[in-house]
Amino acid sequence: MFSNETLSIVLSGAAGQGIQTVEKLLTKIAKESGYYVFATKEYMSRVRGGNNSTEILISSKPVMAFRNKIDILVTLNNNSIDRLRNRISNKTFILGEEAYVKNEINKLPVPILQLAKDVGNPIYANSVSSGILSGIIDADLEIVKKCVSDCFSTKNPEIVKKNITATVKGYNFGKSLNLRVNIKKNPKIKNHYLINGSQAVSKGAIAGGCNFISSYPMSPATAVFTELAKASKEYNIIVDQAEDEIAAANMVIGAWYAGARGLVSTSGGGFALMTEAISLSGMIETPIVVHLAQRPGPATGLPTRTEQGDLNLALYAGHGSFPRIIFAPSGLDEAYYLTAQAFNYADEFQVPVFVLTDQYLLDSIYNVEKFPNVELTRHIVKTDENYKRYEITEDGISPRGIPGFGTGVVRVDSDEHDEYGHITESSEVRTKMVNKRMKKLDKIIEKSIEPVLYGHKDYDYLFVSWGSTSLILKEALENLENNRVALLHFPQVYPLPKSSKKYFKKAKKLIFVEQNITGQFADLVKQTYGINTSKRILKYDGFPFSVEELTDKIKGEL
Amino acid sequence: MLNVKLYDIPDSDIAWCPGCGNFGILNELKSALSELNLQPNQVVIVSGIGQAAKMPQYINVNMFNGLHGRTLPVATGIKLVNPSLTVIAESGDGCTYGEGGNHFIHTIRKNPNIVNLVHDNMIYGLTKGQASPTTPKGVVTSLQFDGVFVEPFNPISVAIALNASFVARTFMGYNDLTVDLIKQAIQHRGYALIDILQPCVTFNKFNTYQWYKENTYILPDDYDPTDKNAAFEIAMNTEKLALGVIYKNSEKAVYEDFQPKIKLF
Repeated sequence: MFSNETLSIVLSGAAGQGIQTVEKLLTKIAKESGYYVFATKEYMSRVRGGNNSTEILISSKPVMAFRNKIDILVTLNNNSIDRLRNRISNKTFILGEEAYVKNEINKLPVPILQLAKDVGNPIYANSVSSGILSGIIDADLEIVKKCVSDCFSTKNPEIVKKNITATVKGYNFGKSLNLRVNIKKNPKIKNHYLINGSQAVSKGAIAGGCNFISSYPMSPATAVFTELAKASKEYNIIVDQAEDEIAAANMVIGAWYAGARGLVSTSGGGFALMTEAISLSGMIETPIVVHLAQRPGPATGLPTRTEQGDLNLALYAGHGSFPRIIFAPSGLDEAYYLTAQAFNYADEFQVPVFVLTDQYLLDSIYNVEKFPNVELTRHIVKTDENYKRYEITEDGISPRGIPGFGTGVVRVDSDEHDEYGHITESSEVRTKMVNKRMKKLDKIIEKSIEPVLYGHKDYDYLFVSWGSTSLILKEALENLENNRVALLHFPQVYPLPKSSKKYFKKAKKLIFVEQNITGQFADLVKQTYGINTSKRILKYDGFPFSVEELTDKIKGEL
Repeated sequence: MLNVKLYDIPDSDIAWCPGCGNFGILNELKSALSELNLQPNQVVIVSGIGQAAKMPQYINVNMFNGLHGRTLPVATGIKLVNPSLTVIAESGDGCTYGEGGNHFIHTIRKNPNIVNLVHDNMIYGLTKGQASPTTPKGVVTSLQFDGVFVEPFNPISVAIALNASFVARTFMGYNDLTVDLIKQAIQHRGYALIDILQPCVTFNKFNTYQWYKENTYILPDDYDPTDKNAAFEIAMNTEKLALGVIYKNSEKAVYEDFQPKIKLF
């Protein structure tokens, strides 16, 4: 009935109806039952009402990309179907209350509310829905019960019991629907971690020694802030909710100056306010790590949607010239690894380091076998009476002291300064200091994180992407099975690693794939190497590319 | 008492005008640090932008000279990370009450154990004489040439209204009072504001040394700074400006006490 590989389930309903709970429960149940899972959600900028949806993929192989196809649609309100009409095919089964599904070809009317009421309260509709889907995917009933019990563990035992009853009712109903799903299970997947992008970034920050966060809440960056606050007691992390983004960024710079490893998590609009602090970080060579969660702009744009439109903002933020580093993870393991490395790089090179994510990546969930290893490196020195904060060195990196560690004093100045940090207007010192700061860029380029090539080494067509678009593109290219085609993904988008050039030169045709209207990364590559980057596949409607959509667009370029 | 010369920076090219009130504050701060036996590496002065913000350039302690108005978040960050440091946020009236107004409000709310010294000369000196948030109504400046027509900011009453834990005012011309207040502020646990009145001899021809002497008074010894209503009344009276500790509330929880201790070295 369905593909034996990947089943695509979409749940759709109003904000506040509990789709999130079903997403959380079902992904856990599926993973614990031995399936690879992937989930991603899209939602309106409102607390109640409207229409939101979550896509959950259940698969026998790793799945890490959004796709358009819907095998089973679960509707929880009356406007779900209209909103998703262009993703519904004549093979889509539509499940929901009779009133919502009655006009559909493959309708599966289910009295979800009645089943919930039978247990005692319409509020159990979530658990009924999770149960139905668990039944359809042939999840292990004991696992289902345990996941529900864990999920509601903070509630009183009576409520836990009722939720389990509701889920089991749903489960039996799901089985009775006789929708055959033949997806192979793998017991090893049980031991995988099931996390989302925000958790990957915050876990990476902890692995990178983050012990300070100050931020001002803004979607979609807030989730990282929240995750670190949750972990603050276990990992000794100082947490400050700042009065504004300006305060947050300055506070984090103050924290680094005093010896902490600080993070600020924000989105484009909030980051716009931090640009003077980025300039300060550049001048005083005190690091800052910024998690910049992209969403569509300008201004407040589409607050809950996705885009890769802030590369230029990160690239050019701040006045004057100074080095910086920009990472852009494609998926969860990279989000973990690059965020951790951001702290090491910031510490070593004493520059602002950015981790650019987006709403799509942060809200995507899948199972990860293990996290990459990151070795934490520290780069501070004990000072003596002759300590010079801005000592001119061969590579431009001055030993960084912190106040109270050693007998010296640590003096940093946002005005141009000499080696001791004393204010100066000497043109000679100014020139030396600018050179010293910029010289660090050479070493950063040397130590850059290399681009990753997927596909055939002997390519004619090279598709280039960065950030979360890369995993969707990767899946689209794999479906294509064309041995003249490869993908080059950039985990580090600035500065460009030395090796990039050889990949570009080898291609007969270069095609950039990005989620913004101008092709900001393509422009950067063109500016850096002077090569032709005119072929661009771009999307900027607030939704991620789907695998199918990219497959079509790729075919058009070959 | 440490030798006050410990805080000198040899060959400093001081950028203030001759006769500037900043010189007095510089000496008073050095005296207070020496009387409290604070080693240079234990003290951090954070400043913003303006003539007052140049203060740490001329004192041999840890220095963070940052951005205009951003003194308080930086100082709070440093204190949270290393509570053993004596952290002094020091800048002018424009930096603290104008550009940094939001931070002023919220730092008082958070109550980190830092000292905030505000050099209040009621004018913008570095940009050559525009009105500051504290310039009195009617004063003619290079920009407000018909005289300032908006109400001045009253930092003392705002701080008391926000229940700041230590609120003081002084005139830099009174050396002993100022040294004593700085010492008290450093020893106080919690956010401590001292609004330090000072003349700007070049751009403020109204609020002169003489004017400050004539328009201020020192609070009597038996004044009780823990009485909030009395403090508020004194703060609202701008006919004559009270000097001394105007309000004190030692019960207020300190921000860093809610935070974990992190390992630094």
